[in-house]
Amino acid sequence: MKALRKFIDKQKPHFEKGGKFHWLGSTFEGIETFLFVPNTVTTKGAHIRDAIDMKRVMTVVIIATLPALIFGMWNAGYQHFLSLGQTADFWQNLGYGAMKIVPIIIVSYAVGLGIEFYFAQIKGHEINEGYLVTGMLIPLIVPPDIPLWILAVAVAFAVIFGKEVFGGTGMNVVNPALIARAFLFFAYPGDMSGDKVWIAEKADTYSGATPLGNALVGNFDHFHSFTDMFMGFIPGSVGETSTLMILIGAVVLLATGIASWRIMLSVFAGGYIMGLLFNWWGANQYMELPAYYHLVMGGFAFGAVFMATDPVTSAQTQRGKWIYGFLIGMIAVLIRVFNPAYPEGMMLAILLLNVFAPLIDHYVIESNIKKRLKRLKVVANS
Amino acid sequence: MSTIYFVKKGLDIKLIGEAEKTIVDLDAKRFAVKPPDFIGCFPKMLVKEGDPVKAGTPLFFDKYRENILFTAPVSGKFVELKRGAKRKILELIIESDGKHESIDFGKADIASLDKAAVTEKLLKSGVWPLIRQRPYSIIANPDDAPKSIFVSAFDSSPLAPDYDLMLKGKEKEFQAGLDVLTRLTAGNVHLNVHKDLNGSDLFTNAKNVQVNTFAGPHPSGNVSVHISRVDPINKGDVVWYVDAQDVAVIGKLFLTGEYDSSRVVALTGSEVMKPKYYRAHIGANITNMVVNNINGDNNRFISGNVLTGTKIESDGFIGFYDSQITVIPEGDYYEFFGWALPGFGKWSFSKTFPAWLSPNKKYRLDTNLHGGERAFVVTGLYEKVFPFDIYPMQLMKAMLVEDIDLMENLGVYEIDAEDFALCEVIDPSKINMQEIVRNGLEMMRKEMS
Repeated sequence: MKALRKFIDKQKPHFEKGGKFHWLGSTFEGIETFLFVPNTVTTKGAHIRDAIDMKRVMTVVIIATLPALIFGMWNAGYQHFLSLGQTADFWQNLGYGAMKIVPIIIVSYAVGLGIEFYFAQIKGHEINEGYLVTGMLIPLIVPPDIPLWILAVAVAFAVIFGKEVFGGTGMNVVNPALIARAFLFFAYPGDMSGDKVWIAEKADTYSGATPLGNALVGNFDHFHSFTDMFMGFIPGSVGETSTLMILIGAVVLLATGIASWRIMLSVFAGGYIMGLLFNWWGANQYMELPAYYHLVMGGFAFGAVFMATDPVTSAQTQRGKWIYGFLIGMIAVLIRVFNPAYPEGMMLAILLLNVFAPLIDHYVIESNIKKRLKRLKVVANS
Repeated sequence: MSTIYFVKKGLDIKLIGEAEKTIVDLDAKRFAVKPPDFIGCFPKMLVKEGDPVKAGTPLFFDKYRENILFTAPVSGKFVELKRGAKRKILELIIESDGKHESIDFGKADIASLDKAAVTEKLLKSGVWPLIRQRPYSIIANPDDAPKSIFVSAFDSSPLAPDYDLMLKGKEKEFQAGLDVLTRLTAGNVHLNVHKDLNGSDLFTNAKNVQVNTFAGPHPSGNVSVHISRVDPINKGDVVWYVDAQDVAVIGKLFLTGEYDSSRVVALTGSEVMKPKYYRAHIGANITNMVVNNINGDNNRFISGNVLTGTKIESDGFIGFYDSQITVIPEGDYYEFFGWALPGFGKWSFSKTFPAWLSPNKKYRLDTNLHGGERAFVVTGLYEKVFPFDIYPMQLMKAMLVEDIDLMENLGVYEIDAEDFALCEVIDPSKINMQEIVRNGLEMMRKEMS
């Protein structure tokens, strides 16, 4: 390690101001701080600091996505061979899935990080770690058969217009990973919806409909069982199918305290209660679907655990988080059941509430301000 | 028994290097008064280098508030005026003659004095700057009528000194000081003690004051916490506060007529070989405390505690309001994959490091920042160590955009920079929050004056 450190110290002057590669300064800095936690010491304020930094926070989120990712790879292979009527063992399934999904991850990171580095460079900033998570989330919410060039366009759009124009990580209004997905959804609907895209290279005769797709057209005769949906043996986006794996990720996020349990709990509660309301109404077969089915179908669990909990785009006050999460759950199920065009409502529900989160916070904070003014008035009148 | 105020949100950072409970005399030759200790003070000199001084001899006054005098803490000779960038006055150094002679300000019967007489004596002797006010944490304005006065008899910060020990034997002066404070306000004088950190009846038996008991982790000792629980500040209110050791200084001034700046100081921190207490004076040089008593040579010397203290040199001086010196190692090293490895033995409030498995372990922490500065990203974290009904991040953002009205609405009068120290320590974005809050408060103060 010492030799590496020495090498970096020797190269450093070339990348600093006045050096011949100064235009690559942020990139060099990004690589250096990736390898070594810098030797910066506290100069102002508290003299000691917590060992945690943004890289650590982001790493924990990435670790939390791994169960869903690995299962997603296996499931991509499993669904593919199932549609062909072939049987394959665990490693064949996983290997096939990896061949499909690893390129997606590579494209996602290469395009996204490339843009991040470029923007950091022209702004003269350090490189933000935010994309480390976004770059992992995007492959998990796209179909395994997504054309890579379309993915690259979507990632570029999301990073530039979803994040960088607002000032980078911490400043964005809506979740960049969902921006990428929304872009794909509206710009390339043929590659993002319908019954054909959810299984990689499936046989034409085999129905590749997701549970949500079946539910929307009222096909409840060949509906997947609750166990299949919970375990994830269903077609769908790469990381969304297995509620079990997502819950393992949720445990990691909650145990480390990185994600808000308030948001997760309230999203599930909102979805469940909306499902119950529909059960009670019961105007059609979809409404009569048991409420807990909604929690394991489609991207509901993935959205609740990994998307809604993004601290930058969610509500920031504690009470705001309850309201925010609850509305996401309710609106997601509402869109699923009522909107004939969109089988899945989670993406749209989260994007909508991302936009409304500052408003929710505004009213929560307003009540804090009112309380303070009231105390002032009580004193003034006494 | 008084009511107990439980502070639930907070964090005790457990460090190595707590001071052993013995007091020895500190043999200090040089003393300093440091104008930067006084927020918003612009010093105008009254003495020249070479002038002889006694304890209580005026050294300078505040250009903006001319009645506030700053006097020498000991007798001897004013030998050096240290200036920094833009000729800013940093230190006035006094060489002690070892006699600790004071100007005689005259004994007084406290009960017979009114506020004006008390104020005059405190101002003349230079003891007045020991009394500070909220909001803004500046020296109290003698013309204000504070709605109450708060005296803290404990410190909850890491390695904090033990007030029971520091004030032992000063019972008479302490009570006299409290009596003096009661002359200054129409409201209550609140003496705040901690359920576990204070055991001495010195505090619980104090007369003419209201004793409030607090319980819970740091920042339960912060004045803002006490005020917010006992007598919250509203817009336009002024509350004064004094440290318990300084109450004894005030008391002695009225009992004997002397300005006796003696103060017990705790030498703490992981790099101190024999951490213990020293009988010193305000502004004493620390050289004789630390020489041959420190491990290694790459250390940070802090006047105060690790959360809010000021960096000083190894031959520096104790700050005007500090009764603690902390020595911790500097952290100017690189760490290979420090953010990615499991990180056994590292301290973290978050559960992303295994530190939470051993909650009682004491740590030797250095000054490494452990990362680079980023924008605000995480939410809901700061609130865990911030025991106020205030939104800390929103308030800081209001300060950053200099929105005076919003700052006021969000409760800027109720807090001080030190209340954000824990938020700053646990922040993964490594934002210098105390600086943001200090600047915000200064902006507010200038706007309102």
